[in-house]
Amino acid sequence: MDNKNFGILIVDDEQIVRESLYRWFIEDGFRVETAENGADALRKLQKSSFDIAFVDIRMPGMDGLELQRRIKEIDKSISIIIITAFASVESAVRALKEGAYDYVTKPIDPDELSHIVSNIINQKKLMLENIQLKQKIEDLSQVEEIVGESPQIKKVFELILTVAKTDTTVLIRGESGTGKELVAKAIHANSSRKYFPIIPVNCGALNDNLLESELFGHERGAFTGAQYRRKGKFEMADGGTIFFDEIGNVSEKLQVDLLRVLETKQFTRLGGEQLINVDVRIICATNRDLEQAVKEGKFREDLYYRLNVFTIFLPPLRERKSDIPILVEHFIKKYSQVMSKPIMKIDPDALDVLMRYDWPGNVRELANAIERAMVIGKPPAIKKEDLPFQLLSNGVDKPLSDSLEEIERAHILKILNQCDWNITRSAEILGIDRATLYNKINKYKLR
Amino acid sequence: MHIEILGARYNKYINIDNLCKNVSNVFGLEVKFKKIVLDFGLAFDPHRLQYYSTKLLELIINSGNLNNDRKSIILTDLDLFVPILTYVFGEAELNGKAAIASSHRLHNEYYGLPRNDELLQSRIEKEIIHELGHTFGLIHCSDNFCVMHSSSYVEDIDLKYSDFCKECRKIYNSL
Ligand SMILES: [Zn+2]
Ligand SMILES: [Zn+2]
Repeated sequence: MDNKNFGILIVDDEQIVRESLYRWFIEDGFRVETAENGADALRKLQKSSFDIAFVDIRMPGMDGLELQRRIKEIDKSISIIIITAFASVESAVRALKEGAYDYVTKPIDPDELSHIVSNIINQKKLMLENIQLKQKIEDLSQVEEIVGESPQIKKVFELILTVAKTDTTVLIRGESGTGKELVAKAIHANSSRKYFPIIPVNCGALNDNLLESELFGHERGAFTGAQYRRKGKFEMADGGTIFFDEIGNVSEKLQVDLLRVLETKQFTRLGGEQLINVDVRIICATNRDLEQAVKEGKFREDLYYRLNVFTIFLPPLRERKSDIPILVEHFIKKYSQVMSKPIMKIDPDALDVLMRYDWPGNVRELANAIERAMVIGKPPAIKKEDLPFQLLSNGVDKPLSDSLEEIERAHILKILNQCDWNITRSAEILGIDRATLYNKINKYKLR
Repeated sequence: MHIEILGARYNKYINIDNLCKNVSNVFGLEVKFKKIVLDFGLAFDPHRLQYYSTKLLELIINSGNLNNDRKSIILTDLDLFVPILTYVFGEAELNGKAAIASSHRLHNEYYGLPRNDELLQSRIEKEIIHELGHTFGLIHCSDNFCVMHSSSYVEDIDLKYSDFCKECRKIYNSL
């Protein structure tokens, strides 16, 4: 990380001090701003963010201690260094107790100054690296989750590797449960951005206002409840990848905002003025018919063309049934480890049931079925009786369960898949209202 | 573009010819040397017994003798400071025309060690190249051996080469 990404704010009423510290840090390549009093400093803090603030303890008006409190209210992560004269070391110690990073006495030893600043910078870099490392480990384990040997899934692997090396926007399409998020993570993990985070955004889960502040962040006081400045997902993804799941669900207004960010790579936080530049790769996923949505005027055509540069279609599981045995093996291994339960295989007739079923919920439904079977089943193998009812009804055997709930669940899932998860349409067909349908989706964990 | 070293109360043990030659090699530019007289009293702080380097820089900036196709650097042996810091080895206008470098704290004698002219020569050379680097817009480099590395101890200066690292060289060459 470059020094130019670190901001230093110098607050001192003496112009000479401001100027000489400014020149000193500019030569280090930092972004440096100065303020001549507390009020001026707070204004600058509203406009842009800083990592370090040098604060003179004695200033007319708001003194250094008071300013320190106010800065911490705006942004807790700023490291504050108190500038003091020998005479006021006592109040500097008080500032330390209230959370100042350190203090320096005038005149400052250049070596001491370099030391304090490089310590802070190194800490911040380390923190960032730790986050990125953790993310990386998670990514790697995610990639292994795409399992299969069928020609259809091999084609997907090939596309992932091809596009990963580029910075192209990717649109991942496929039915619910086909593993679109796994593909996004695999692209990221195989790209040069892998040491930076991949930040997922579920566009279907949040309302407009929340999504906006989630994406772009906000300044303190941007709206009721915005007590602190917060970075948005675009900023968190800087250097890495941002993954929009269910992109087909974003509102008109957000479509416009997104288009602008895609074109300029710039935005402002809610309630802010500072233009923020980000370097992010964009991956989107949808199970909706975007072309139809464009025709109906529900999805902007210009945004559609921006996103639809490189498309990966994930085949539904029913079109790559030859992968079922190897997927089953994979999930058995995974859950036996998680549950510490020695079930290591599946009976042939149970596997046969799995092969006959159509899997409207795709790989996710298969994973759920195996998980459930491993919970209720007994070692050493999964038996046919351990499988959920709807699988059996779909196959040759008679239903093992007459539970109304199982039937309801299977029926709702079928309709949802028929309607491409269009909630309004599905609710109409099912003869229930949208809220009830949402409740049932949650209850049966259909997502 | 060329470089002008302005000697003002500089140390007589410094070999000016070698200095000019080596600075010229690093920047690939002609280096001229000129003795000048400055009104040092304006920059003197009687309490600290040091000279305010920014004021000295202003003296030559305001003299009207600076030129857009010339980088000028003052070579002096006075002890320099800026008000907030205890001392500085030198100062430069980042991306500007003027800089200043002092040998005062580059002498072994300053640290109670025996005189060593060779060491002094190489230290002042690096300091001059470093400050001139700033006037070309170069900022501090994280490579410990690069002449653009920021050093607040002479030992750090001794560690550096009197040349840019690969990265800084790339930046300089692209100017
Ligand atoms: Zn420097
Ligand atoms: Zn360098």
